Amino acid sequence: MSVPEVAVLGAGMHPWGKWGRNFVEYGVVAARAALADAGVEWNDIQFVSGADTMRNGYPGYVSGATFAQALGWQGAQVASSYAACASGVTALSTARAQILAGLCDVALVVGADTTPKGFLAPNKGGRGDDPDWLRFRLLGATNPTYFALYARRRMDLYGATPRDFARVKVKNARHGLNNPNARYRKEVTEDEVMASPIVSDPLRLLDICATSDGAAALVVSSMEFARRHARGERQPVRIAGISTVTPSYPNPIIEMPNFATDSAVGVTPPELGFKDSIAAKAYEEAGVGPDDLSVAEVYDLSTALELDWYENVGLCKPGEAERLVNDGDTTIGGRIPVNPSGGLACFGEAVPAQAIAQVCELTWQLRGEAEGRQVEGATVGLSINQGLFGHGSSVIVKR
Amino acid sequence: MSKTRVPAVEGWFTMDDEPRLVASRGMQSGSYFFPKALAVSGNPAWPGEEREDVLLGRRGTVWSYATNHYQPPEPYVSPEPFVPYTVIAVELPDEQMVVLGQLADGVDPATISVGTEVELVLGPLYEDHEHEYVMWKWRPVESTAEVAETGR
Repeated sequence: MSVPEVAVLGAGMHPWGKWGRNFVEYGVVAARAALADAGVEWNDIQFVSGADTMRNGYPGYVSGATFAQALGWQGAQVASSYAACASGVTALSTARAQILAGLCDVALVVGADTTPKGFLAPNKGGRGDDPDWLRFRLLGATNPTYFALYARRRMDLYGATPRDFARVKVKNARHGLNNPNARYRKEVTEDEVMASPIVSDPLRLLDICATSDGAAALVVSSMEFARRHARGERQPVRIAGISTVTPSYPNPIIEMPNFATDSAVGVTPPELGFKDSIAAKAYEEAGVGPDDLSVAEVYDLSTALELDWYENVGLCKPGEAERLVNDGDTTIGGRIPVNPSGGLACFGEAVPAQAIAQVCELTWQLRGEAEGRQVEGATVGLSINQGLFGHGSSVIVKR
Repeated sequence: MSKTRVPAVEGWFTMDDEPRLVASRGMQSGSYFFPKALAVSGNPAWPGEEREDVLLGRRGTVWSYATNHYQPPEPYVSPEPFVPYTVIAVELPDEQMVVLGQLADGVDPATISVGTEVELVLGPLYEDHEHEYVMWKWRPVESTAEVAETGR
């Protein structure tokens, strides 16, 4: 079922880093940048869609209102969303629905976070019925543990090597060199990655993304508003598809933060695995397929996970992802550049802002404004991510 | 006075010599759900179906494994000093599901690989003044599995 489009009028970010300031400040910077980019006044925004942060207390749980208050109350309607790493796109999806329902012409989507150094951990306080608390308590199953389980599978099933994984980091580090919003802007060599301390075998420190402060925002509108508002010749980038699907039963892949998978007894697992299905829904809405993509931003929580994503979004068959990175297919200038922004490898993760940041990058790529990291002639882009508890999202943008 | 051995979490596994994981099974779907206590999942074809307690099979094969070299954050209770530990994902053939667990103490992770046959055992997770808290762990079944001299 193809879905009507909405326009991306503006994109803005606060640089990722460790600035030691309040998340609201970052969000306001990103919001103002997106509004300026769109040429839209804050007072004209009719809907504010915030992506929540769980690590900043109450203001983070009502992020939409928090950002609206910080920008100055002006009576806009508001929603606040949390969906783990998919929060930003859940917020975008909410705004899109308001627009497509005719309830709103123009909306602001914003997410911001401050993140502690080291492993993401559950909020303090014993919770004996919370799987996320329990997996730390009983197993020491950190997030990188799960990434390492997937990486080991690639090694066993496909003969992937630590050097294959390292090449993903090298590629992304090179991409991020020219991204002013990236936190890490430094080339690394394969040997440096493979010599970094082992964290969760087979993944090393430089295989795993950091955590960062950061903020990203989008101004989105109806196509009609975009036409009325058009400044000059520039055709806006359009959101052609959004996916926020949950898994289908049974999911045979062990997912954060669970202790076990579903059981496949008596029920055939669905044809598409969960991550594949996230992309499939976005493709379906947008009426495109993997061969139509010019560029992709995928959630490289680890180097090996980026390789999984190539297969999940259909860039190649299972087992072929290593060949794509080794042949340079996913490097800028190659057949299908992936993470021209530098990815999480160069940003680190700022949970509620990250999925929005992916769409910001695609917007700049499709406009030809990604200076120093431009994918030439980009017309169709895909972003994709996955978080805990069955969350994942994907956006397809077109120009 | 020796410490009392108690489960680190109640009701998830039996404390026998041949321990078993406690799961539930849908009485209409036949689907297995673990851990029983959390009730996080369901078969959508049978919403709200009655479930019965079942004990999962004790043996499976390694789906994947990861040895952690950094001390995890709270609420994990790490031994002092920290020693690397291995989390493995085990495929249970009869239940057609994958269950996590740590590798049993004294087993060298270099001796396991995807497909290694393992069985459920109990092992210490952490201690306090009165109790030794135990968890289920997985240990290779093969008699040729090397046991490292860890001194623990």
